[in-house]
Amino acid sequence: MTPYDRNRTMVLDDFDRELIRATQSGLPLVARPYEAVGAMLGVPGETVRARLFAMLAEGLVRRIGAVPNRDKLGFGASGMSVWDVDDARVDELGARVGSLIGVSHCYRRPRHPPEWPYNLFATLHGRSRSEVQQRADAVAVLLGAACRSHDILYATATLKPSGPQLA
Amino acid sequence: MLSPDDARLLTCLHGGLPLSDRPFADVAVELGWTEDTVIERLHHLLAQGLLTRFGPLFQIERAGGQFVLAALAVPARRFESVAAQVNALPEVAHSYRRDHRLNLWFVVAAASAEQSAAALKRIESDTGLPVFAFPKEREFVAEAHLALDDAVRPEPHDGA
Repeated sequence: MTPYDRNRTMVLDDFDRELIRATQSGLPLVARPYEAVGAMLGVPGETVRARLFAMLAEGLVRRIGAVPNRDKLGFGASGMSVWDVDDARVDELGARVGSLIGVSHCYRRPRHPPEWPYNLFATLHGRSRSEVQQRADAVAVLLGAACRSHDILYATATLKPSGPQLA
Repeated sequence: MLSPDDARLLTCLHGGLPLSDRPFADVAVELGWTEDTVIERLHHLLAQGLLTRFGPLFQIERAGGQFVLAALAVPARRFESVAAQVNALPEVAHSYRRDHRLNLWFVVAAASAEQSAAALKRIESDTGLPVFAFPKEREFVAEAHLALDDAVRPEPHDGA
């Protein structure tokens, strides 16, 4: 897919919003899923496919696929690891942390000193907390002296489960 | 736990479902299965909860929408009531309790930056607690390589 211009956002029309609403909880699992969505919206399947193609090209749709349930797939533990990384090196190192095995999300985010010195967030997955800890050790080795301190926050309860993604 | 066939299916779908008239038939050709088998397997994976969803994954930031990660340091005795106040807002997509002084973490999903800022302000005024907002400044990876093979192997091989 051609890289899109990240500084420009896609302008949605009413049909786009309807399409997002109709598909955000999932595609119908039938032989002609796009045709089925089109039938709900009163358009041919081809219109649905063309619009989804444009959304993929614009990066509004990341991909059309399966969202695995990590807990049930045997990725028993996850932790949000947070790191205070030298500003001059965080982008270069963040990209490398993001490509480590067991890292699902990796972002640079703002610090809130003094309570929160961390600027790099990496979600780590493993079969157990000790495996998550091992993955954190690997991140620590990678970051080396560029990292001043870190922590791992574990979720102890899900208070509001993931809702629909809105449109 | 995934069967080896399920893992093959998900690996095959990892690049995305084709935008063809009969996409599951195309996937079936790659796997040497029938279209019906592909559809049935996906039904089964969803019914078992091994997949939470199957469809387009929207990145609402690309349409001006925003996800903002934020946290509160809630005194233990107030935790339940503050969590209820936060979760009552429709803009709060999900929330977690975490073992840290910043113990209540949540994601605000809004159609615009103005709307997410308003939601965070509302949480501050409802709870009387300062919101620590962590908007993403740069993304290095997102759900890129969940090692599906690991889910069917007894031990991961990377030995991290």
